[in-house]
Amino acid sequence: MAKPRGTHLDTLSLHAGARPDPATGARATPIYQSASFVFEDTDHAAALFDMARPGYVYSRISNPTCAVLEERIAALEGGVGAIATASGQAALHLALVTLLSAGSHVVASRALYGGSHNLLDYTLPRFGIETTFVDARDQDGWRAAIRPETRLLFGESLGNPGLDVLDVPRIAALAHDHGLPLLVDSTFTTPYLMQPFVHGADLVFHSATKFLSGHGVVIGGLLVDSGQFDWNEARARSKFPTLTEPYRGFHDMVFAEESSTAAFLLRARREGIRDFGACMAPFTAFQILQGIETLPLRMARHVENARRVVEFLVAHPLVAAVGYPELETHPDHALAARLLPKGCGAVFSFELKGTRAQGRTFIESLRLFSHLANVGDAKSLVIHPASTTHYRMSADELAKAGIAEGTIRLSIGLEHPDDLIEDLSRALYAAGKAA
Amino acid sequence: MLLRVDGRTVYAYTGARPRVPSQPTIVFLHGAAQDHGVWAWQSRYFAHHARNVLAVDLPGHGRSDGPVLASVEAIAEWMPTLLDAANATTATLVGHSLGALAALQCAAMHPSRVERIALIGPAAPMTVSDDLLDAARRDDHAAYEMINGWSFSPARQLGGNAVPGLWMTGNSMRLMERSAPGALAADLTACHAYTNGLAAAAAVRCPALVVIGRRDIMAPPKNAAALIAALPGARVVELRLSGHSLMTEEPDAVLDALRAFVP
Repeated sequence: MAKPRGTHLDTLSLHAGARPDPATGARATPIYQSASFVFEDTDHAAALFDMARPGYVYSRISNPTCAVLEERIAALEGGVGAIATASGQAALHLALVTLLSAGSHVVASRALYGGSHNLLDYTLPRFGIETTFVDARDQDGWRAAIRPETRLLFGESLGNPGLDVLDVPRIAALAHDHGLPLLVDSTFTTPYLMQPFVHGADLVFHSATKFLSGHGVVIGGLLVDSGQFDWNEARARSKFPTLTEPYRGFHDMVFAEESSTAAFLLRARREGIRDFGACMAPFTAFQILQGIETLPLRMARHVENARRVVEFLVAHPLVAAVGYPELETHPDHALAARLLPKGCGAVFSFELKGTRAQGRTFIESLRLFSHLANVGDAKSLVIHPASTTHYRMSADELAKAGIAEGTIRLSIGLEHPDDLIEDLSRALYAAGKAA
Repeated sequence: MLLRVDGRTVYAYTGARPRVPSQPTIVFLHGAAQDHGVWAWQSRYFAHHARNVLAVDLPGHGRSDGPVLASVEAIAEWMPTLLDAANATTATLVGHSLGALAALQCAAMHPSRVERIALIGPAAPMTVSDDLLDAARRDDHAAYEMINGWSFSPARQLGGNAVPGLWMTGNSMRLMERSAPGALAADLTACHAYTNGLAAAAAVRCPALVVIGRRDIMAPPKNAAALIAALPGARVVELRLSGHSLMTEEPDAVLDALRAFVP
């Protein structure tokens, strides 16, 4: 009997979760644009509501198009399953509310997307959930911040915007030493560059708006469960009553008894998506599936182009510094070589020399790069974080997050690299003249 | 529910329902290196349809104390003590793979305790390849990869789960990875060494159901043929799209087969 061989990422990107439509034979995944689904009879209806039969009831809870996407990202990440959400922000929220209650505490990397920082630092304290932010590189800081009421450690695989590389194996080990799970925002890396579960992470989420969909046309999120965290383990059991105690809101179900591997997802779907309602639309799922089909091809080109642009900027006299982990000057260079051998993505920042006015001239002189608040588009993008995505942070907080007044963030697209370099060269020349 | 059986703790999923003495009991027995969760849909359905359900974690699996019971015969002999601990005089036994062999053997050895048996993915003999046995004895991850590669039909290897959002092979892999060191090797050795299948089948006097997957490589349908022939009056259901992970690959079809069989 021939030994089975695992399916490659490129193939899973095209096929995982999908099959020819059983009703029509359609090869592409159909868009099941239906709010609800007909029951076969009253017993079938009752069994669906009772989770005694699998199937679809109402598209807020689950939808066949979204389910294909959920299986696909779970396959690509090496997880047990996933839930598609209305946005990346909704995916983070769903992860948090599935595990945390008033009085819970999170330890998070300080190098976070501004939206994640807003939720943790400004909004969730109103609901009794507090967060301690730590330097992503400070192992002792992570350890010192853990309290008896801590329920989760959280960081980005590549921190925003300084590309701090999260030492997933070490932070995961620290979390597990304390009976806690590690949640990783893997938006910048995608499963093409890193699979955090391989390194010990327990939960992953993506803003699928970015590289997964890849074309800047949808808003969506994906929350993936590794199935590795043992919620029934002695130290964890009392910390996560949402999974280990009967849930009055769903037939007194004890999710960790229903499944030893998918308890988190069961609760997230049966409570979080049901009650908070931040579900993904099936048309959005279809568009993200289209994007993922070419993810390996696009990510390779994104990284290749980013390397060319980094090389150009490093040598330019108007550029004070470039923050890209493949450069030996980056503090996480060695870690990146270990965790990100295929590349460090296509979003990075650089410091422009000169005044704020020169920075404005630079951005406004670009022709191919679009000035907007997004990353991970097929088209190249640019933004000034201090005045946009991170504007709510104080000067001190900005400095701690690695953001200066002259920091400019680029998201390198799929254009020809020579054209991108020409565009940047022209804008830098204009900035120089504006001195 | 946590039971004490032979002085050891045994976990049994009951669908979060208390035992009702007037209801019939169904015991679900999982296969090698698995736990009660493989019966998620079937066990929950019956628990919510007037049956006492005991979807057990066999000793040394899931949340049940070890050691692993080292032979099919040992599991069959353990079954009456499980029923005693659960205050059940008799039960329907539903088993998958190793669990199916245990249900078969128990029905032959303890006919007064077994009302009927449903064998999901059985074979007699249940030969295990040398490569798989060797890898399992080394606790080599390759053993899990072989099982995953052989346990799902070619179509299901790429997903298309009836359960929204769950990746079947990922879930199966994680479940095996959670098993205790040596558990898979012990279970596979028990399957491989069991030679009493046809004799046990001939001795069975209770109603029997056999559910086989047409695409099963782990326990090929041809290896179930003699068993089916030896079981007097066995009802047979063949699932067209399934490999060896029938309850996961076609959960509704397995449930429907059980519903038609269990009164």
